[in-house]
Amino acid sequence: MRKSRRVSQIIVYAILILGSVFCLLPLFWLVRSSMMSSMQIFEMPPKWIPSPFRFQNYTEALTTIDFLRFFRNTLTITASCLIGALISSSLGAYSYARLDWPGKKFFFGLLLASMMLPGAVTLIPTFIGWRLADLINTYVPLILPVWFGSAFDIFLLRQFYAGIPRDLDEAAYVDGAGPWTIFWRIIIPLSKPPLIVIGLFSFMNSWNDFMGPLVYLNEESKFTLALGLQMFQSLHSAQWHLLMAAPTVVILPVIIVFFIGQRYFIEGITLTGMKG
Amino acid sequence: MLHKRRIAVAGILFALPSIFGIILFVILPMLTSLLLSFTDYRIVNTPKFIGFTNYKRLFDGTDPYFYNSLWVTFKYVILRVPLGLIVSFIAAFLLNMEFIRGKSVFRTIFYLPAIVPAVASSMIWIWLFSPDLGLFNSFLEALNLPTLNWLYSENTVVPSIVIMSLWGMGSTIIIFLAGLQGVPRSLYEAAIVDGAGAVRKFRHITIPMMTPIIFFNLIMGSIGAFQVFTEALIMTQGGPNNASLFYNYYIYRQAFQFGEMGQASAIAWILFIIILIVTAIFFRTSKSWVFYESEV
Repeated sequence: MRKSRRVSQIIVYAILILGSVFCLLPLFWLVRSSMMSSMQIFEMPPKWIPSPFRFQNYTEALTTIDFLRFFRNTLTITASCLIGALISSSLGAYSYARLDWPGKKFFFGLLLASMMLPGAVTLIPTFIGWRLADLINTYVPLILPVWFGSAFDIFLLRQFYAGIPRDLDEAAYVDGAGPWTIFWRIIIPLSKPPLIVIGLFSFMNSWNDFMGPLVYLNEESKFTLALGLQMFQSLHSAQWHLLMAAPTVVILPVIIVFFIGQRYFIEGITLTGMKG
Repeated sequence: MLHKRRIAVAGILFALPSIFGIILFVILPMLTSLLLSFTDYRIVNTPKFIGFTNYKRLFDGTDPYFYNSLWVTFKYVILRVPLGLIVSFIAAFLLNMEFIRGKSVFRTIFYLPAIVPAVASSMIWIWLFSPDLGLFNSFLEALNLPTLNWLYSENTVVPSIVIMSLWGMGSTIIIFLAGLQGVPRSLYEAAIVDGAGAVRKFRHITIPMMTPIIFFNLIMGSIGAFQVFTEALIMTQGGPNNASLFYNYYIYRQAFQFGEMGQASAIAWILFIIILIVTAIFFRTSKSWVFYESEV
């Protein structure tokens, strides 16, 4: 009995470690390939560790196209979206979670239903709309919609707000406070963790977004990192050492942000899985 | 209460951005796209009403890519959704076992691929899948197995993209894990008192208690899988021979490369209706297998 338990524990660990290898190996391979020479990368059977480490690959990849500019562009979009997401989703979530008004259920239902709507259905008319407004090739189509709040963010934050005891509001009302005061003085100070979650997801979404910039931006000087990567890929189709160096640089900030905010990520995803 | 009115006014004001957002970026475009789907509208000329012609052209096979992309997408969904659920459920279940140490390390590792931008991960996987130089084929070679053409063969391109998508399953695993941690211990303890073994505990407690979360992941996973896009655009451009011309990519190509906005809207609406039907079927059947605690 004892022994068989031991064996099954070892099997479980083995499976988990195998899974971890599956998750980490592609990333390891990316970094490993990004530091090899163009000769060494073609060696068969493949080497695991580059020798020597060629850090020049990064500078070479980053200078062949204007990555610094793409980086700045992405940062501009990401920051603008982040602020918008925080403001609009906290306002909306507060209303849906704690204020009663006619039509609330209906609009919240619409909001939830919109999460199931395939993006392709709205993309075409939205594109035509932005085109009529002459805003193609600007960042407005990428930023402005976020300022109206995303269904996902509002839902996530509402889940959290709904869990704050209502007595707090009642007590404040008795003291003569209005909804704005309660929102600003009670709810917001209590909701630092979920706001960090929203901020992190918003950062990831805009940093990683591909479809949006692909559709709306057509001038190279306006490109984001994701678009720049794609362009880089089509320019250097066989230079694998450079093709691996470029994404390594793009992924790095995301990984750093992830490790800083890891706890919040996990909490955030957990909140989404809960039934509303 | 005294300020019911005041609260209602505040409520509407607070929700106003999101209400506008829904009207402006969801409802209005939805209706517009429905209208457009009945028009001949190349981006350069004005829309002309043509009735059901766009739909007819799709269903009678005038556009040869429609059935092809439907089939390819279904193939992807049918492989990806069950496989994704099973793999991530097993991962979460094992991770949740009592004796496991370093849970948070494993959890971080499993989630890490999910944060990699799709363009970057596509580039990584093209390299891994490379027939001559890729890591996977050199593994196969080392094991004396026949190598595969991965993304470059009609038969293996969809399964290859499925394997790649399993790599990014992190958030599903975490949602499952949270669910598993929420199953009351008292249930397991009671089962042990009744003499239940590990298998029976799993079948009669874990699975039933997890059905709402399985259901949630099934719905979200299916909706997501129907919309697979970036991978195809970066890795295969829909090839070889349209074997990875996924539905969303087909819409994108029709709308933004060929400028056929009316036709593309019809294609998009068909996807919407397919997703509606699939979710409706899931909801229908859910009554017989999803178990909600409150019903006990």
